[in-house]
Amino acid sequence: MAKVPVQFTLNGAEKAEFVDSGTTLLHALRDKIGDTSPKGGCHQGTCGACSVIIDGELRLSCLTLAETCNGAAITTTSGLSQGGVLHPLQRAFLDAFATQCGFCTPGMIMAAKVLLDQTPNPSRAEVVEALSGNICRCTGYEPIIQAVLTAARSNSQRAA
Amino acid sequence: MALALQTFSTVKDADAALKAAGTRYLGGGTLVVRATNEGDVSLSSFVRSTEPSLSTIAVSGGKIRLGASVTMAAIARHPDLSTLSPAARAVGGPAIRNMATVGGNLFAPAPYGDFAVALLALDATVRTDDGETPIETFLAKRDDSRAIVTSVGFALPSHGGFRFLKVSRVKPKGISVLSIAAVLEQAADGTVCAARIALGCMADRPMRARAAEKALLGRKLTKDGIAPALAAVGEGTSPITDPIASAWYRTQVLPVHLGRLLLGQVAGMETKA
Repeated sequence: MAKVPVQFTLNGAEKAEFVDSGTTLLHALRDKIGDTSPKGGCHQGTCGACSVIIDGELRLSCLTLAETCNGAAITTTSGLSQGGVLHPLQRAFLDAFATQCGFCTPGMIMAAKVLLDQTPNPSRAEVVEALSGNICRCTGYEPIIQAVLTAARSNSQRAA
Repeated sequence: MALALQTFSTVKDADAALKAAGTRYLGGGTLVVRATNEGDVSLSSFVRSTEPSLSTIAVSGGKIRLGASVTMAAIARHPDLSTLSPAARAVGGPAIRNMATVGGNLFAPAPYGDFAVALLALDATVRTDDGETPIETFLAKRDDSRAIVTSVGFALPSHGGFRFLKVSRVKPKGISVLSIAAVLEQAADGTVCAARIALGCMADRPMRARAAEKALLGRKLTKDGIAPALAAVGEGTSPITDPIASAWYRTQVLPVHLGRLLLGQVAGMETKA
């Protein structure tokens, strides 16, 4: 099978690779480009661990073919920190003990980032809804929800 | 195994390519990419079309036309489709809703395909390059369908005329135990003069509850009025058994949830099993 070119922006940097046709974005990111922040969990669209942001929308990289992302702007959790300073969501997850094994964390943070980008001051119900496609088997969700609410408050305080 | 992806600017060209053996249409990917991830070796290539009409929502004079590539998220946020929003929001979490399409939902096997349940109650027609087909006929023959669905069309019911309920065990979002959609018309005295009720998970694909529809005619939406419909709603069903619920369980709870839907006891789109 011939290789096909894929080109997109990943966390602000231009990326161009040749991948096997039919390669998922998850596989391209992890195994070709080396960004291992999206995790391969169920590969069925159920767990949300592979969540990334494509052109501002939350998507599942395990169900997205890399070829369909040509020209897109992709954001992953590895692109959130700036100059070694954690993103407020990352800091809040650490402070709230919202991560245990850590496998679901990048997907949770991606889902939360889209929420806060669109709804800077979400209600608890909105946070729960935003995270409803992401599964955690460790924390019981409450610390994660609190972390997102804390990050939102932190953002608001900075903006004030 | 590598899979070829062919992208065409027109549906016509994609339709021609789809005739090759082992080829499937790629919409949002939530069904076919999932199938390949699970090891479905019957698929050797994907076909897709970027024709703009596939992603168009047209609202005119109470008539709706949804392009087959329109996503659940696009429906949920469309200001003129608030009636349908509960059904669109019932599909998956936010990421899935950004990917899952109207066309794909028509092919989703139970326990998925909640939006197709809504379309069945709405008496939608399914359009391909070969023409238009009533959704009930389309669903019955979908396994043999080789033509690309381009859009679905239907009339939007008056306010309150459309009711939708998805029952799941996990809150706020879970796979369906069952889903029910109903389009009801009531006379001035409150009696039901027309009813279309569609069920999800009560067969391998969305189905009409014809006996219940018939039993509702001329009745009021009261506890006593709907009793014959609840007694009849299981008629002709053949529910699936899966890790979410057994066929027996689905059969037992179906009248309970239909009753809640008809009596207006459902606050949101979902209710607890």
